[in-house]
Amino acid sequence: MNPTVVSEAPGLFTADGLAGLVFLIMVATTIIGGYIACSAERLVRGVAGLAVCFIGVAAIYYYLNSPFVAMMQMLIYVGAVCITISFAIMLAAPEDSKKSGPSGPLAGPLGLICAGLATFGMVVLALRTSFPVVQKINMGSVEKIGVQLLTTYSMVFELVSIVLLIAILGALVIARHGRSK
Amino acid sequence: MSILALHNSLNTYLLLAALLFGMGIYGLVTRRTLVGMLIASELILAASSINFMAFNRFTAPDPTIGQIFTLFIMAIAAAEAAIGLSITIAVYRNYKSVDTEDLVNLNG
Repeated sequence: MNPTVVSEAPGLFTADGLAGLVFLIMVATTIIGGYIACSAERLVRGVAGLAVCFIGVAAIYYYLNSPFVAMMQMLIYVGAVCITISFAIMLAAPEDSKKSGPSGPLAGPLGLICAGLATFGMVVLALRTSFPVVQKINMGSVEKIGVQLLTTYSMVFELVSIVLLIAILGALVIARHGRSK
Repeated sequence: MSILALHNSLNTYLLLAALLFGMGIYGLVTRRTLVGMLIASELILAASSINFMAFNRFTAPDPTIGQIFTLFIMAIAAAEAAIGLSITIAVYRNYKSVDTEDLVNLNG
């Protein structure tokens, strides 16, 4: 696909126009899911919003020419991380004891100010910078990813597997400690 | 530029990532339970991954590198979620609460 910006307007009922429409729907899904995830009163609804947000993010990866990463997003985030978080809610967060809303009267405005400043800074930076358009040397196919993972990035690949092994063992040890209490 | 051609523009993805990042910061500041803060940090990680993938698609000469980096971010995020949740469960065993205002043993 051509990485340059397409300037002519596609009609709604052409292939490009429908792709653009689905893209807008997926962006809305991501934003709504993120809003639910960061502001829902109950944590279970927050996790459901997080799953919706991750589904939208997977669709956005698909639009960025990366169907493999989109599939891994669905598998790892929607399938594993959200389920793990809901396990933790069931094990360790009793819903009836306290509300999970903002802590204190100042937290909401302060959080809005922090988030607004960070977002504003990033938006201004993104809009003011002009990024160069370069020539692609390949298309980033799954085959190329596999070759790169086992040649150029093989050291990082092995280190990440060790990190995952240690994380699993550490999680088991930490969660098992004091189980008899 | 038409609204239907937004998926071919780098700025769309950058603005979306900035919005997700802001939501993550908001959740991290305002949530009062550890699990809620973990959910917000997952939002921040998703925003950084979208940034990597957008620059990978639009400005990188070799589009495999950003995808590989995003895969590594996913692996680290999964490890982070597992560790964070086991710490949450350990904290709940010791304090019978995951409210951040009850965890005051290290208060100065």
